[in-house]
Amino acid sequence: MNLIIDAVITGVLTGGVYALMASGLTLIFGVMDIINIAQGALVILGAYFSYALEQHLHLDLFLGLLISMPTMFLLGVLIHSLFIRPLKQDRTMLSILVTFAIALIIEGVLTILFTTNTVQLQAPYVTQSIKIGDFYLSYIYLYGFVLSVVLLAALYFLLYRTRFGQSLRASMQNRTAAELIGIDVNRISAITYGIGVALTAAGGMAYGATTAFFPGSSYDLISRLLAIIIFGGMGSLSGALIAAVGMLVIEDVTAVVWSPVWASTVFFILLVAILILRPQGLLGKLEGRKQ
Amino acid sequence: MQHLRKVSPLVWLFAGIAFPFVISDPTYTTIAIFALLFAAAASAWNIFSGYTGYIALGHAAYFGIGGYALAIICQHWQIPGGYTPFYLVPLCGLLAAIASVPLGAIALRTRRHTFVVITIATFFILQLLSYNLRSLTNGSSGIDFPLILQWAPGFYNLPFYYVALLLTVLALGVSWFVRHSKFGLGLLAIRDDEDRALGLGVRTGSSKLIAFVISAFFVGMVGAVYSYFLGSVQPSFTFDALFDVAIALMVFMGGIGTLTGPILGSLVLESSQQYAALNFTQGSGGLYLIMYGSLFLVVILLLPQGIVPSAKALWARYQATHTASVLPDPSGSGGANPVARSAPGDGMGLATPREEAKA
Repeated sequence: MNLIIDAVITGVLTGGVYALMASGLTLIFGVMDIINIAQGALVILGAYFSYALEQHLHLDLFLGLLISMPTMFLLGVLIHSLFIRPLKQDRTMLSILVTFAIALIIEGVLTILFTTNTVQLQAPYVTQSIKIGDFYLSYIYLYGFVLSVVLLAALYFLLYRTRFGQSLRASMQNRTAAELIGIDVNRISAITYGIGVALTAAGGMAYGATTAFFPGSSYDLISRLLAIIIFGGMGSLSGALIAAVGMLVIEDVTAVVWSPVWASTVFFILLVAILILRPQGLLGKLEGRKQ
Repeated sequence: MQHLRKVSPLVWLFAGIAFPFVISDPTYTTIAIFALLFAAAASAWNIFSGYTGYIALGHAAYFGIGGYALAIICQHWQIPGGYTPFYLVPLCGLLAAIASVPLGAIALRTRRHTFVVITIATFFILQLLSYNLRSLTNGSSGIDFPLILQWAPGFYNLPFYYVALLLTVLALGVSWFVRHSKFGLGLLAIRDDEDRALGLGVRTGSSKLIAFVISAFFVGMVGAVYSYFLGSVQPSFTFDALFDVAIALMVFMGGIGTLTGPILGSLVLESSQQYAALNFTQGSGGLYLIMYGSLFLVVILLLPQGIVPSAKALWARYQATHTASVLPDPSGSGGANPVARSAPGDGMGLATPREEAKA
């Protein structure tokens, strides 16, 4: 029983980190109607960014985010303006291919720079743990969770309490109408993409501190992130949060009560089962006819 | 001109049959085998994704099922290496097709992006299963095919080459047949406007599923032959995420929704890629990924319509300026492009579904 409670706690804490990574993905989808397949590779890029800062500048992982997040934001804006904005027709489908290509390029660059050996981020708090009641909790899980909650709260504030957030939500609801009332949708899109990518820097740091990774880890990540946002309903932020925590809890509990080998399979099978009942996901809206 | 159109497929077929006799170097016939197998897979993928406009990025799942099916059958019944496994290839395709019925039915409940993502998810589920169902798949160490000892090194590639050629011709033939049938017209109508097609009496649900199963059938057979040629199946190679992207890129490069585009794209891309892999083996694969990704970006951003439609548009412009009478579209391939609704002519004399809907 204790093991199960422990698994649930770990699941919730890591679920927070996945929620952070998935929130960028679902936000980008909501505003731009594109699926950013590069999200997984960008998370790994963020993890390597923290790794490089820590190895060469001996920066603390969390302080390093002050450098890596703005840089990744600019990278996101650059990717958007170079490769995503030029897509005029059939952008939904083409964007999937374009972002897949970007993911391949990122993987290639990381392979050349860091080889395919697995690494893990190092810091004093990565190995230490704290005892709460009967449970030992690694500090990094706790810190990663707090970081995710803080960033998600900041994202919530940005979306629902600022003028930029209003424009962003307007663009999400109806792109054409938003343009008509004078919102610069292209600018909103670029910034949204930048925010989504900046969030991967933080998510990547938390991921890299808890898991050993290599450039090819992005495939596993993107499949999980995609599963999370379909599960939660594409474009729904709260859906992504629920799905991320739900997924990790299910995985961790399955790993304890059955076998770690089947942990992610159970989640994917559950996903398919839910899609049979609710094709639009938990909180998604049914896709109507596009005008 | 009309004669040329009728004769040119035969010329190409003859060139395909004669190729291994002209160039018998195994290095090049190996490249040709891979190129032809990809041509068959891309052509089959195009039957579903090109004609219906639903981009499926999970066909590596059916490729893997085909490969694993053949490996497991050979291991289980202790089939010796040689010609026998080739006779089992259609069975492997059938198994892939059977697997694609429920998976396709689930995925096709959704549209557009959700569909794409679900197809990707099905691929990952099957890859995970191939790792985890150890009793059946032998986990991450995979299964080896029986060795083919009786074939001399100089002869070894020939049977594979002709099987690959046969698969390509079959896939192209089915693609042609679908393109010229009422069923295919329904698929194109789905691509242009699914709701309106449904309103006009196209059985959209079953049409999509049938096209999906047909493409999975061929991709499964390709997977079986491909794996047999490589000599073993392994979760990471047989269920390869790059396969999904590769066939999509080939089809986009050649011209999605056209008949010959996928063949052209895969022959050009796969042979140049294999050639590069042979000659630039240095680097840990990173450079190769960068090149592949960049090529992908260039194709999509600069040639979003693909080679065949772009060439057709150029040819039409040339004809319009250089001849007094504008002939009907001369190239053999049909199909309007989803990203080029304004492209001149459909090449087949068929009314596009949109025009039909207006009438």
